[in-house]
Amino acid sequence: MKPSFDKPLTERMHPDGSTVDVQAYELAGGYQAIRKVLRTGMTPMAVTEEVKSANLRGRGGAGFQTGLKWSFVPRGKDVPNPTYLVVNGDEMEPGTFKDRLLMERDPHQLIEGAMVAGFAIEADIAYIFLRGEYTLAAERLARAIEEAYEHGYLGKNILGSGYSLELYLHLSGGRYICGDETGLLNALEGKRANPRSKPPFPPSVGLFGKPTVVNNVETICCVPHIINRGGEWFRGLGRTKDGGTKLFGVSGKVKRPGLWELPMGTTVREILEERAGGMRDGLKLRGLLPGGASTDFIVEEHLDLPMDFTSLAKAGSRMGTGTMIVLDDHTCPVGMTWNLTHFFSRESCGFCTPCWSGLGWADRILKAMEEGRGKPGDLDKLAFQTKMWTPGHTFCALAPGAAEPVQSALKHFRDDFERHIIEHRCPWS
Amino acid sequence: MAIVYVDNKPYQMNPDENLLHGCLSQGFKLPYFCWHPALGSVGACRQCAIKQFKDEHDTQGKIVMSCMTPAAEGTRISIVDPEVVAFRAGIIEGLMLNHPHDCPVCDEGGECHLQDMTVMTGHDYRRYEFDKRTFRNQDLGPLVNHEMNRCIQCYRCVRYYRDYAGGSDLNAFALRNQVFFGRHEDGVLENEFSGNLVEICPTGVFTDKTLKHHYARKWDQQFAPSVCVHCALGCNTDAGERDGTLRRIVNRYNHEVNGYFLCDRGRFGYEFVNNQRRSRQPLLKGQPTSVASARHYLEEKIAQGSVIGIGSPRASLEANFSLRTLVGRDHFYSGMADHEVKLVRLMIEILERGPMRTPTLREIEESDAVFILGEDLTNVAPRMALSVRQSVRRQPMEAVKKLKIPLWLDFGVRDAMQDAKGPLYIATPHGTRLDDVATATFHAAPDDLARLGFAVAHALDSSAPPVPEADDWPLANEIARALKGAKKPLVICGACCGSEAVIQAAANVAMAAHAALSFTAPECNSVGAALMGGNPLSAAFQAARDGNADTVIILENDLYHRAPQAEVDSVLKAVPHVIVLDHLPNPTTEKAELLLPAGTFAESDGTFISSEGRAQRFFQVCTPENEILASWRWLKPDHWQNLDDVLRAMAEALPQLEAIRDAAPSSKFRIAGAKIPRSPHRESGRTAALVHINISEPKTPEDPDSALSFSMEGTPDQPPAALIPFFWSPSWNSIQAVNTYQKEVGGPLRGGDAGVRLFEPSPKNGQAYFSAIPAAFQPRESEWLLVPMYHIFGSDELSLQAPAIRELAVMPHVAINSVEFAEGMEVEVTLANGTFRFPVRIHREMPAGVAAVSVGFSPLVAVQVLSWGKIARAK
Repeated sequence: MKPSFDKPLTERMHPDGSTVDVQAYELAGGYQAIRKVLRTGMTPMAVTEEVKSANLRGRGGAGFQTGLKWSFVPRGKDVPNPTYLVVNGDEMEPGTFKDRLLMERDPHQLIEGAMVAGFAIEADIAYIFLRGEYTLAAERLARAIEEAYEHGYLGKNILGSGYSLELYLHLSGGRYICGDETGLLNALEGKRANPRSKPPFPPSVGLFGKPTVVNNVETICCVPHIINRGGEWFRGLGRTKDGGTKLFGVSGKVKRPGLWELPMGTTVREILEERAGGMRDGLKLRGLLPGGASTDFIVEEHLDLPMDFTSLAKAGSRMGTGTMIVLDDHTCPVGMTWNLTHFFSRESCGFCTPCWSGLGWADRILKAMEEGRGKPGDLDKLAFQTKMWTPGHTFCALAPGAAEPVQSALKHFRDDFERHIIEHRCPWS
Repeated sequence: MAIVYVDNKPYQMNPDENLLHGCLSQGFKLPYFCWHPALGSVGACRQCAIKQFKDEHDTQGKIVMSCMTPAAEGTRISIVDPEVVAFRAGIIEGLMLNHPHDCPVCDEGGECHLQDMTVMTGHDYRRYEFDKRTFRNQDLGPLVNHEMNRCIQCYRCVRYYRDYAGGSDLNAFALRNQVFFGRHEDGVLENEFSGNLVEICPTGVFTDKTLKHHYARKWDQQFAPSVCVHCALGCNTDAGERDGTLRRIVNRYNHEVNGYFLCDRGRFGYEFVNNQRRSRQPLLKGQPTSVASARHYLEEKIAQGSVIGIGSPRASLEANFSLRTLVGRDHFYSGMADHEVKLVRLMIEILERGPMRTPTLREIEESDAVFILGEDLTNVAPRMALSVRQSVRRQPMEAVKKLKIPLWLDFGVRDAMQDAKGPLYIATPHGTRLDDVATATFHAAPDDLARLGFAVAHALDSSAPPVPEADDWPLANEIARALKGAKKPLVICGACCGSEAVIQAAANVAMAAHAALSFTAPECNSVGAALMGGNPLSAAFQAARDGNADTVIILENDLYHRAPQAEVDSVLKAVPHVIVLDHLPNPTTEKAELLLPAGTFAESDGTFISSEGRAQRFFQVCTPENEILASWRWLKPDHWQNLDDVLRAMAEALPQLEAIRDAAPSSKFRIAGAKIPRSPHRESGRTAALVHINISEPKTPEDPDSALSFSMEGTPDQPPAALIPFFWSPSWNSIQAVNTYQKEVGGPLRGGDAGVRLFEPSPKNGQAYFSAIPAAFQPRESEWLLVPMYHIFGSDELSLQAPAIRELAVMPHVAINSVEFAEGMEVEVTLANGTFRFPVRIHREMPAGVAAVSVGFSPLVAVQVLSWGKIARAK
């Protein structure tokens, strides 16, 4: 086992799966970051600078510089208030289950992170927007928030510092699109969860029209450690230039599917072979989606690429959420692509045409193909649709995300698609 | 103006707008769906995509949505780039996947924006091979038809209905390609502006259900520019006719007046024209008679002398003036009850003297603080309520501007603005449909409303008279502060309360606040009739009862709407010969010895003066085969040949009305030597419409009165605004063609908007403050102060004869705040005119001692209601 300081996010977690309560969290050095912030007179800008220096990039998938996002929040006397911090816990990306672990097993880490982040952006109110199906996380977070209030970590005049923050847990009604930064804000406001126009961006016009920062759960969990040990230390945790550790997951027909906290920049091969134990006996790797359903397939030749925010672009893909889905040679790639497209099609909010209409069409084409009713020309239609889903052509990132598995499957598994059409059946069925 | 390069050629565009707006204003055929000039940009449909380039060296460019991109100086774009052309084709293909392609049986066919855009984009081959999604349609009531399968999910309907019109019972349900736009359950759309959905919807999801009952394609109708007769705002309309039947009303854009929208009464009230009960030939003593003998009889009675004429506030100026000329000015009597004339005259005097300006509806929208005194706008001047609803966004918009969010970016603006609203104060006897956006409401008896107004004026200007026993009234101070802090303050008042004091108080507020002042008026030509003058109606009644009139000629006026039944009965009994001109049977026509069938707005030309003081001309669209004639044609002297002659004579006799000649070009007006065709272009196949009867085309009727012809022959050039019969231009067959008629999209029509404003007070003018402040209202022990309550569906005499409106008409009732009575209880209301039975509705917001009763239709048709009365539980 590597030394524990390599795994700041998971080091306190109990092996039996139970949650870290407030006493255990405090005993393990918890709530020291917020003490440091409030008692040593750090300014919000100083906290923001520290996070900038850590090169912490958003763990929700887009990898935006967290400190930079915070610095967009207007500050000063004439600023509209309140300012909101929203923690995005609406983890619904297929194949992704990293935030769930953080919320179920160490909820105080998230709460402390929210407090520090809230302080940095001068927030008055914070929300944790939680996926509705995460009932255990909901239970544990609710209890932890209660504990935090009881111990004076939340509410008015925290630790006698004069800083106040209210933290609310909100359970999503449940749609993938609620995980979109601005779709989430609409959902939280009780509106249809359609994403919003950007600009204006949430730091200037966010929740209820007020300045708002939306950060992913894992991102926020990194924050206390950056304050405790410094941005420099955090940046040094990564093997490449992106800072910190990252929760990496593997699902699919591997020997040991799971989730591990590893340095940013760990290679795909190391995660797949050393951590997940490689493919199950008798199965061969066909390809994998490195970071959730909305990333492009990579194949054998890309396995030595490091998992970080930039390196996977060489393979035409991206790290996304860092939780990979593995495709083996006993599973139909068309079937897998259809499954994913069906999901995205079902979850389209119905706002912009390329998404609501095009995904529905692609879903029907792939279904027909998988059921042996594919026709010559279908692949061109699919390829055309993926172009319609280019970023900027659509209103939000859902359809561009949906395009990634389809366009890369067409590239890497084209023969398999053609066999479906020629043979009028799924060769795997 | 900014220079924007479109496919390398420079064009001037408004930098405060987006590129779609700029391209359309420059005449480019750039397809779009979700954007609308009145609703702004949201970027849903992605149809208006263009290529944007960084600079002149950028050859790659990137696809952006023109509606979401500012028309900034130096922007370089391409509309014809092959990649973006292919993208737009992909969008229309996507939109059409589930569309049923049922154009031949769709009411929108031939004037469908979706058809136009499909053709414009070049999509003509269907590659989708799967089932289409289907929906269950809803019954949305008698006005709007629902056919969801045609929907392309552009979101315009809900954005208009909810965000713009303030409705709440239409929504977007579900997601992906299954979004359902409708109500939570079947039922009548609650919003009073629901009819605009038929023009907002780019395809046939929402269509005009009244048209469906007598459907004709746009290309098979002939149209004439018209003016709405269902309230005094003078919204511009185009009336569509086929085979002698009026088929529908559509909006005629007037930048200053109605813009893109009408109210439901105005859009759907037209069917009274087609009412089967209409008299279509002269009736002498109840028996049909020839026009010649009717005219002979009329001439005989005139020759016998002792003739009086009673005019009408719902008849044109021309009709009123012709009657005045026929009977002589000394024998011409106003068609309004004395108390009505008094109120309307007072409003006119205030506006004529100034310095307060009477705003257009567009200016009302732009007001940033509004004080409504006494008026239930949604029910008396509905379209104005829609404008006021927009005005509350003005002040919050200033904060949005500071955030550098372009004002056309609709969702961005709404996300930033949230529920913030600018000042709107409503003081009325009972609650109104605008209360949901009001800063504060105040419900009181008319005298107390007047006192509030006077107090506001005094708070604004200490030289305005103070209100006894009401100094330092917090609400008055608050309203005063709001008006003072505004750049464009506005006061709205009218005849709703039937109180002069309320009108005078409003004038004081407007004077003290340097605010615009808008009055509503009771009927479509109340202001015109009041300007024309005439002796008081009571004097006509007196003359009749005194035996001083052998003949009375009543012009388009049901006197039972003006005075109590017994009084009118006695008057009509006292006159030996009653001659009535009207279009629908009513209690007055029943008393006619000679009944002359008068043309409605659809069968006549004429001029109304709106409550804004705008003179506007309407033109005949139907050419009845029977004896129906415009009233002024029945009454005019022989030497007046046409409408121009009437207008000339009127200008000579009544110099105050001279300007109305300019309300529209004269009958001599020509474009390239030709009249303006009422019928759409000849490509339509209309020439074959009567081929089963006669293969040669029938001779088209002559029109001596206007510059319009009953023909399809003419030039394609744009007519002056007052003469636009329909909006239609190459590639734009739907109402969206209006874009091509404007100087800049969403702005004034090319050549200026229709109508002539009569009241333009010079700022030098001025008037002294009114000082007759009523005492505070004192409730009485055993009596109630009865105030009139108007209903958009019910209180208007003409629209009530349209089946769809009649279906929606409210049950007349009495609104009251009392523990003595319960909701739904039957009561008897006793006032000077008699005892009437009503059900009770409990209005908790109402002041003690005041009861509001439904007026304008049975049982309380005569409007003089402001009086004390008794209310008792019916036995």
